[in-house]
Amino acid sequence: MAANVALLGDAPFLILQLLLDGLMIGAIFAVAAYGMALVWGVMNVINVVQGELVMLGGFIAYQLTLWGLSPLWGVPVAAIVLYFVGAGLHHVVIRRVADRDMFISLLATFGLSILLQQLMNQIWGGDVKTAQSGLGTWFLLDYTVTVSQMKVAAFGGAIAIGAVLIIFLKRSRLGQAIRATAQNPRAARILGIDTNRVFAATYGINAALCGAAGALVVMAYSVHPYIGLPYTVRSFMIVIVAGLGNLPGVIVAGLGLGAAENFAGFILGVQYQVAFVFCLLVVILVIRSTLLQRRRQFLK
Amino acid sequence: MSGHRQPLLMLAVAAVGVALPFVIPDYRAQIAMLWALVIMAQTWDITGGQTGYNSFGNILFFGVGMYASVVVQRDVGLDFFPGLVLGMVVGAGIAAALAVLLGSMILRMRGHYFAIATLGLGIAAGEIAGGWDYLGAGSGLSPPLFPAPPGTANLFFAYLYFGVAALVFVALAALYRTRFGLALNAIRDNEDKAEAMGLHTGVYKVTAWTMAAFVLGLVGGAMGNMLGFVDPRDTAFAGATFGVWMVLMAILGGKGTLWGPVLGAVIFHITQELLWTHLLGWQRVALGVIIVGIVVFFPQGILGWARTRWPARHEHQGHGSERA
Amino acid sequence: MSAQLTIEGATKRFGGITANEDISLEVPEGRIVGLIGPNGSGKSTLFNSVVGYHPVDGGSIRFEGREITRLRTAEIARLGLIRTFQQTHVFVQMTGLQNMAISDAEAGHGLFQLMRPVSAETRERAEALLAFCGLYGKRHLMAGELSFGQRKLLELAMALMVRPRMLLLDEPTAGINPTLINGVIERLQRANREFGVTLFVIEHNMRVIMSLAEHIHCLAHGRLLASGPPEALRNDRRVIDAYLGAR
Repeated sequence: MAANVALLGDAPFLILQLLLDGLMIGAIFAVAAYGMALVWGVMNVINVVQGELVMLGGFIAYQLTLWGLSPLWGVPVAAIVLYFVGAGLHHVVIRRVADRDMFISLLATFGLSILLQQLMNQIWGGDVKTAQSGLGTWFLLDYTVTVSQMKVAAFGGAIAIGAVLIIFLKRSRLGQAIRATAQNPRAARILGIDTNRVFAATYGINAALCGAAGALVVMAYSVHPYIGLPYTVRSFMIVIVAGLGNLPGVIVAGLGLGAAENFAGFILGVQYQVAFVFCLLVVILVIRSTLLQRRRQFLK
Repeated sequence: MSGHRQPLLMLAVAAVGVALPFVIPDYRAQIAMLWALVIMAQTWDITGGQTGYNSFGNILFFGVGMYASVVVQRDVGLDFFPGLVLGMVVGAGIAAALAVLLGSMILRMRGHYFAIATLGLGIAAGEIAGGWDYLGAGSGLSPPLFPAPPGTANLFFAYLYFGVAALVFVALAALYRTRFGLALNAIRDNEDKAEAMGLHTGVYKVTAWTMAAFVLGLVGGAMGNMLGFVDPRDTAFAGATFGVWMVLMAILGGKGTLWGPVLGAVIFHITQELLWTHLLGWQRVALGVIIVGIVVFFPQGILGWARTRWPARHEHQGHGSERA
Repeated sequence: MSAQLTIEGATKRFGGITANEDISLEVPEGRIVGLIGPNGSGKSTLFNSVVGYHPVDGGSIRFEGREITRLRTAEIARLGLIRTFQQTHVFVQMTGLQNMAISDAEAGHGLFQLMRPVSAETRERAEALLAFCGLYGKRHLMAGELSFGQRKLLELAMALMVRPRMLLLDEPTAGINPTLINGVIERLQRANREFGVTLFVIEHNMRVIMSLAEHIHCLAHGRLLASGPPEALRNDRRVIDAYLGAR
């Protein structure tokens, strides 16, 4: 571990490499986190199945390659498919738990997460899957720093997805209804907004975001039925640190988390990278709750 | 379940527990697992049902107990039974110490933040164990073999877990009759008020979680030997199976009741074993459906439902000291 | 007469809003003291500061000669300074008797003191106090099944179960059926007389506070506006103006 830290000191280009890789995946974390914040803010549900929706998007893009299509098609296709998956999940499960005690919705979405894991495991098997986009690699600074073109494309894609979403929320009627409902569901209902439809659309849009992000993940990185939960936890952490409805905060926290994770993976060893994510979650929660405790408040 | 029928019911269950391994000797492994699941649900309910602190990470203590016990048996060099006992005790002790340490930090969070923090702890533990060579890293550990034929081993574990389950049940029945039990319920109902009345809520919460951790450490401590292998993510820190099942079983039977977790565990385990044989390959998917189904459509649980169905039965037994 | 509770220069801000500014007052032992003021004048904030729900930003609070400014809610409660809530706070999924049993400070709040069943003494005292509050017949009902007024009475009984030195009551008659209000007043007076509990009462109902309190403090805009016996305050121009909204 100390040797790895020393190595970083000796080879500054490694720092640049880790930082670049971290920032590029951080953008994808930010997209998933923004979706989680949307669902959390609008319907008061912490969506534990978030990461599995990302994985499902990745598997759909992977499936397209099996059918001979370019995985790039996976981004729109996964978004569309996931929108309907999300709306369906909302209809069957989420709408029944959204207005209850938050523990019930947590447990229900956790159950969905286990269900989707098993379903994906059954359909696509328990191996790590990637989809070849056909893009190459750039070499910078005399071949000391490598930049995967696909990761850059994924970074750009994540930013584009985020931009589309924000324009949609600001400009479209549905987007305005979503924002109104987030601010005050009762007032929205009085104004004649069908909040149940808004909830379904919100959940669907969140799923679509996850799907598109997942298609980027399968091309730039990899997917596996059981590695969804870390994505959920990353989203959750980003939202906690940034706060609900704070877009710049989500972006900064997402990029920061991506970078932190890459450095931690390098220093602690890559086998502890996921452990780092979950430990960081606990540490962040403990710090926040201790700070609140000073003011006689609680994290709740 | 009114007061005077409780002992009869307990006797009946005890008789079943004693007879079962000989009535259906082919199912001894499942019987042992049944009692282990009963204990998991009972201990989850101490904080989840009685105190209102819903943990998704109690599997942490189970897994810590399992690893600690197998490491003790590997490194201390005792015979099987002394080694197992020492391992279980050490495992339970470490689990309890962890609960004190972590609990004093995260039990200050309320509601879903506590739930998510515990979820993080459970998974982090599995990931750490999966990377740590001393614990066999990803391939896990092999506990010493039971020094007798497998049928005897399962008989032993069936009675071991039945004994622990019975002890835990009796202990909890007594605990929930004390003012400590009332203090936990008070925290569940209104923690601000409990503090305003001068209760040491933090101490009680940590104590409750530590009790659960100690027993789960014991259960985990023998589970490695029973299953014959310790795997970081599939047996020890198995959040997607034991970890969520213990929550689910308590909810299914009825959170915050003495019998609910027992009932929930029995029904859940039997259902699951039936699924196992009929849905080859898809049983985990079906389990996911069951989890979601119970949470969405039956969150009040069997005893919770019975209580609203027949409220009269509970009206005259609230003696401050005597509860279902 | 000696001051049991002394508030000196208490100031509390929430963001940019000053809810309490430089409030100094005393509550003498064994008396019934009222705290009045229009909505938003900072009465509940002052109560919350006293019981440690949130610390003050400036000033000090002493209870029976002891500095309690920085203590936490539960520590202050253990000194015998108990508050009740405007919106009743009881343990809804516990019976009336159970609510009382866990409130018994004499039986102890230590871990080992809690590890035994409810004693006969606790039970007798609980039943007597429930009878005092007219809830004996409802003692086996879940607190959540009681009416709002009954829950308020249960909360009073729970507070008395602690054998408090002083009670801070936040609008004890608000939301109670007017025909029951006299019963509440009478019980508060008896609690003061028979159990020797000092009462510090926030009340909006002028008829109630005038007949209950021996001395009244009036807040307006977060400041102490006037203090005095009920008759004096009733005719105080500043108090009348504050209630009518004039400045």
